[in-house]
Amino acid sequence: MRQFAELVTQVGSSTKTNDKLDALVAYFSSAVDEKDKVWVIALFSGRRPKRAVNTTQLATYAIEVAGLPFWLFEESYHTVGDLAETIALLLPESAPEQQHAEPLHDYIEGLIGLDKESEEVKKGFILESWRGMNRAEQFVFNKLITGGFRIGVSQSVMVNALAKVLQLESSVIAHRISGQWDPALISFEELLGEHAVTSDNSKPYPFYLAYAIEDDLSTLGDPHDWQAEWKWDGIRGQIIKRGGELFVWSRGEGLMTEKFPEYHALQTILPDGLVLDGEIIPAVDGKPLAFALLQTRIGRKNVTKKQLQEAPIAFFAYDLLEYEGEDWRGRPLTERRARLEEIVKSLHHPTLLLSDIVPFTSWEDLARLREQSREMGAEGFMLKKKSSTYQVGRKRGDWWKWKIDPLVIDAVMIYAQKGAGRRSGLYTDYTFAVRDGDKLVPFTKAYSGLTDKEFAQVDAFVKRNSLEKFGPVRTVKPELVFEIAFEGIAASSRHKSGVALRFPRMSRWRRDKKPEEINTLEDLKKMLEVYGK
Amino acid sequence: MPLIEFSDKGLYCPAGDFYIDPWQGVDRAVITHAHSDHARWGSKSYLCHRDSQPLLQQRLGPNHYQPVGWNEPLYLNGVRLTFFPAGHIIGSSQIRVEHNGEIWVVSGDYKLENDGISGAFEPVKCHNFITESTFGLPIYKWKPQQEIYSGIKAWIQRNQAAGKSSILIAYSLGKAQRLLQPLSEVTEKIFVHGAVYNLHMALVNAGWKLPPVEKVTPDTPKAELKGAVVITPGSAEGTPWLRRFAPYEIGVCSGWMQVRGAVRRRNADAGFILSDHADWDGLLTACKATEAECVYATHGFQAAFSRYLRENGIQAREVKTEYGDDEEEGNSRTDEQGIANDEGNV
Repeated sequence: MRQFAELVTQVGSSTKTNDKLDALVAYFSSAVDEKDKVWVIALFSGRRPKRAVNTTQLATYAIEVAGLPFWLFEESYHTVGDLAETIALLLPESAPEQQHAEPLHDYIEGLIGLDKESEEVKKGFILESWRGMNRAEQFVFNKLITGGFRIGVSQSVMVNALAKVLQLESSVIAHRISGQWDPALISFEELLGEHAVTSDNSKPYPFYLAYAIEDDLSTLGDPHDWQAEWKWDGIRGQIIKRGGELFVWSRGEGLMTEKFPEYHALQTILPDGLVLDGEIIPAVDGKPLAFALLQTRIGRKNVTKKQLQEAPIAFFAYDLLEYEGEDWRGRPLTERRARLEEIVKSLHHPTLLLSDIVPFTSWEDLARLREQSREMGAEGFMLKKKSSTYQVGRKRGDWWKWKIDPLVIDAVMIYAQKGAGRRSGLYTDYTFAVRDGDKLVPFTKAYSGLTDKEFAQVDAFVKRNSLEKFGPVRTVKPELVFEIAFEGIAASSRHKSGVALRFPRMSRWRRDKKPEEINTLEDLKKMLEVYGK
Repeated sequence: MPLIEFSDKGLYCPAGDFYIDPWQGVDRAVITHAHSDHARWGSKSYLCHRDSQPLLQQRLGPNHYQPVGWNEPLYLNGVRLTFFPAGHIIGSSQIRVEHNGEIWVVSGDYKLENDGISGAFEPVKCHNFITESTFGLPIYKWKPQQEIYSGIKAWIQRNQAAGKSSILIAYSLGKAQRLLQPLSEVTEKIFVHGAVYNLHMALVNAGWKLPPVEKVTPDTPKAELKGAVVITPGSAEGTPWLRRFAPYEIGVCSGWMQVRGAVRRRNADAGFILSDHADWDGLLTACKATEAECVYATHGFQAAFSRYLRENGIQAREVKTEYGDDEEEGNSRTDEQGIANDEGNV
């Protein structure tokens, strides 16, 4: 546990990617128990043990041990912005002679074992664990429970570290650690050894991701070397058919086979040894529906009949990664695409669609076509070089996304709340309102888009201009105007304003505008009519 | 009429007709310490501890100063005033005010641990205690300074071994002087920013024996700056001034470094939790030791701190002052105010 806590401290505090990489390389080459290493790979790639103790319980134990009133714990939490860290800061630190931290996997296995235990046993385990730890260990231990090791290490840095230690290509590592595996059951060798990939039918390929193109399109060269597709606003996914079984993977969310019963029909008709890359998206008659409808589906454990009717999910396939059990990623896009079209057309199934290629002859031509994006239910184009192989991770050069400009609206800030992580203690999370007669109607929150300096200025404004305090939320004088950019708008009965925005952020601080000059609820409703589908 | 009022110009004693740390110009100002949010420009006369005088002169220029020592009572219009060490920075004092048997103590800023240069904090019994609360949350708990110094020294030695300079960001009045002794144990030469240098010379000219420092100037040979140990206020962060030390690591010395997010936000390579303020336990200990009937909590987490005192049987109120204008008192606001002030001297 000590080495792991030190690793987290080093990686979390270093400001240079190379230092993070070195720290990870040192850890993975050290004599630490291999079970610990497997868990570190799992934790840093977003996997975590099932939560056996909930955060309320954890906080309650901490309050008891620290001997503090609940309100003071809360006050501290709002300042720190991270529950695991707050608890570590409030617990009494144990004397060095009492510290006897066990290996990481012992604690994790202990936590997993608590699942069916009584509250008393859980509490006993947590308190006993805390007693044997220093503050850094208490922090990482709490993080195991509260979840989310977002401590400033990206998965790609870890992959590169493993590649360096094991002397393998990082694309090979990325592939081996993808998919579903149980860190409690798998060994380091089973996970990263040569046979890792072949033994698991469900294993997806790492997604190839594109950067947004910033330069003029003419820098891409001859338009004939490029293929354009609509960029869909759904969930990136892979459909895998191997050994007679069907698996549906999403980027970020993991295995989602059960969420989408629409895909089950594909299990019998798809040929074996096949992996498709595409977009998971609700569609009727081949036309995509709003992302909001997809969101109503993914949050639920069980899918209702109504949902199946209102938001039937389709798969817009755009790439072929494996065919007849063979890895096709090294072949050029044109070849993969041709075979993909044959497969999809021959199956002729309403759930499996092709993501159409948009024909164009010049870049000017394409720019004109892009103006139809919203009507098509797309958010712009994907540009792919016809000769491109299917690469690993986010890469420049062969694939680009070319998004349409976001929708914007001017709004005034009315509430503020403190942020977390590197924004701890600063008011960085804001709620915005539009005007409705002489009332202000809140319609969205936004947390991003400002520079650190601007955030510091807004923070100072909030502290000087708070009107009321509701728990962690401050109401502030409606004075600061911001331009809010967003990707889409949908009707919502859950919001007072009647709308929900897709990916809202602050695109500009409108210091030139007064709160009287902001947009109105009426403006927002018009946008809903035009773009809300 | 209370002996001390919270007026719009600062803490006012009507019976003695003087202000303590006023934030506007007044006829007679009594100063707890030389930080810029406590010792402001524009008053006709300044009564301060004799160690504060050279610092005030350096920062505020020529004025009418009246120096006094600790435990040397004096009378203003029949009100008895006594300075006691506050342990915050050089010259920092608590001010005891007594009249007709009623005793108030104004703490200014303070810490309980003796840093060897600021005098040892002395609890003073009183009826009413006006305390700071900069770190008035239980998440703020300091380790003994020797432990922090060891950490800083080890960090410097690691940087030296890697051929890197060590840039320590520290408040130019207080922490900069406090760091000199431990730093002199790992380096021959301590380089300082102009703001630190000016205050250093003010102290040396007043007779202070401090480990020597060298001011960084445009003429300082580049070769000397390789692997250097440097003390600078935060205003130099992110400026071209730092380039001459490349390659370097930045370590921030501040109580705010207790929270990970604060370290990350500063984009510091290392955060050293070193503060000239009392931590949570220190504040509680100090308040209890005064045996005050009422505690007035100012600048810091005054709402939380005074509520906790009340729940633990000590009558307490929060008071708004301009030593900070809000309970959170933006991370390191006093630091930044001080630094803004320093920039004129660079």
